[in-house]
Amino acid sequence: MSILVEHPGMLTTVQDLGRWGYQAMGIPVAGAMDPLSLRIGNLLLGNPENAAALECTLLGPTLRMVSKKMLLVLTGADLGMKINGKEAPPWKVLELFEGDRISFSGPPGKGCRGYLCFAGGIEVPPLLGSCSTYLRGKLGGFEGRALQKEDSLSLGKPDILWERCTDLVCPEELRPQDPPGGLFRVLLGPQEEYFTDAGKKTFFSSEYVVSSAADRMGFRLEGPTVEHRDGADIISDAIPPGAIQIPGHGEPIVMMADRQTTGGYAKIGVLAGADFGRFAQKMPGDKVRFTSISVSAGRKLLEEQEEKIEELRRLRASHRSRPQPETWGQKELKEQKKPKELEERGTSRKKTSSAEPLRGRWHITISESNYSVEWEEV
Amino acid sequence: MPEEASAPRLLPAGESCVVVDFGEHIDYGINRRVQALRKALERASFPWIREMVPTYRSLAIYLHIPGEDLVKIHKALEKTLGSLEREEAHPGEVVAIPLCYGGDFGPDLSFVASSNNLPEEEVIRRHSGREYYCYMLGFTPGFPYLGGMDLSLATPRLAKPRQIIPAGSVGIADQQTGIYPMESPGGWQLIGRTPLRLFDPEREPPILLEAGLWIRFVPISPEEYRSITQQVATGSYALARQKKTMERGDTA
Repeated sequence: MSILVEHPGMLTTVQDLGRWGYQAMGIPVAGAMDPLSLRIGNLLLGNPENAAALECTLLGPTLRMVSKKMLLVLTGADLGMKINGKEAPPWKVLELFEGDRISFSGPPGKGCRGYLCFAGGIEVPPLLGSCSTYLRGKLGGFEGRALQKEDSLSLGKPDILWERCTDLVCPEELRPQDPPGGLFRVLLGPQEEYFTDAGKKTFFSSEYVVSSAADRMGFRLEGPTVEHRDGADIISDAIPPGAIQIPGHGEPIVMMADRQTTGGYAKIGVLAGADFGRFAQKMPGDKVRFTSISVSAGRKLLEEQEEKIEELRRLRASHRSRPQPETWGQKELKEQKKPKELEERGTSRKKTSSAEPLRGRWHITISESNYSVEWEEV
Repeated sequence: MPEEASAPRLLPAGESCVVVDFGEHIDYGINRRVQALRKALERASFPWIREMVPTYRSLAIYLHIPGEDLVKIHKALEKTLGSLEREEAHPGEVVAIPLCYGGDFGPDLSFVASSNNLPEEEVIRRHSGREYYCYMLGFTPGFPYLGGMDLSLATPRLAKPRQIIPAGSVGIADQQTGIYPMESPGGWQLIGRTPLRLFDPEREPPILLEAGLWIRFVPISPEEYRSITQQVATGSYALARQKKTMERGDTA
């Protein structure tokens, strides 16, 4: 199962949900900039939520399928995906066959980071428990770097029910929402007291523009400067995802996936976790504003997000259990030998051989545990 | 030190991180309390802790979300903070870092010497003659923030940073000394290089030093540098560690 990179696109990296657990050693988390979109993509395919996918930035790659058959889905930003030159919808699980070519015509709308997820996930050797690429440190992912022409990517083993995910669509209301107005929720702290009341008022009442200095490490914003009480420098402190630090020049920097683990600028607040991925989709020139919410309100937003994920899980379950046009696995089942004891039973059963129960054994992986299931038709 | 007496504060850093702040100072006593809290929480192994990041003066605690109620988390942290006293007695260990000073390994040794009106040998004697406290790791993977350099060695950074500094390089920037764990650009005055690998992603643990340790630089010859490099490559090098005994002048 593999994919050939014919053109790498602008910046295409292998990412999962990040290298958590090593920040005390100075190792940044990295991972998907829009983690919710990655989770949804993996969920639609029956992958573990943390499976690695391709994070494509603005101009996606051109890829050729070398495998017989595979499933993919594009989540996050709509980057104008095409399959064999024909427009292909995002948020829908699509079937691909050997020789098919995936390309991108660029985003028709907003958003700049798409997640190209494959059944089984992109397979790269995990480094410190994660497949994420940390570009500055040349660590993890595909050889610690962005994809290049002629790279060959391997895919992992898909979930046993993978083929049943074909055509599964994430409905509009379960996708990450980006209401117009560019308003983002912020939780104050840990250094809000470093700013004057006037400075805080400026921050929460002004419009900021995402500058061209916006990458996986952080987004520098342009707009009214935020006044410090007594200097911007602090004794180095940890930097959580979405932390909004304001150096001496007074313009905010929002710290993103590849942020360093610690830093010495005062942080006025932290983006609500539920808004982090939405913010990551902003491009240079986009306008954003901020509003303050409480920590408990921020937690509530995350709980609501998890409820949507749960809803999507239910949707996937019913999609997979729908009647199949050609019963999956039928071929293998027909080839199975009848158990000996059945043959020795009464002739009446033999005459109506179609009524004989089908039997089989499945090997299933659920939450990384392997199960062997023997079943018999009733 | 009055800041040691100030009560730690619990600060929010988003909905999935709580920062326990012990005071806005670079201070050995404060940092020992950060380390003590980290150890105590590790022992308690609360299921809601995702990971912890100790810094000079604070411990950031990343939480699993959704998870435990925030009020319960704050109570558990306050209770742990209340029982820290016993932890602070142990000053930890000293690790010996072999260091080849000068030559190609330390192209700025002569500049550090001349700008401080010292012979090179005296720079080496003063730099290797004390123990440095590792306050925290950060900046790049495995980079130790060391405290306690002899201030007579303080030298400004290079006016024009180098594009490539080899891994293991030891430098001076103003009143700090530090070790580059991986090849990177940088503006520190390079005085030597260690054959040890401070960061190796293929190793478990990937870092050599950790916050709360002490280190001592041990001068070695270029021959010893090569020999230790080989031992490191084959995995046969044993890091020299000993219990730290606090001495006069250990101001960190």
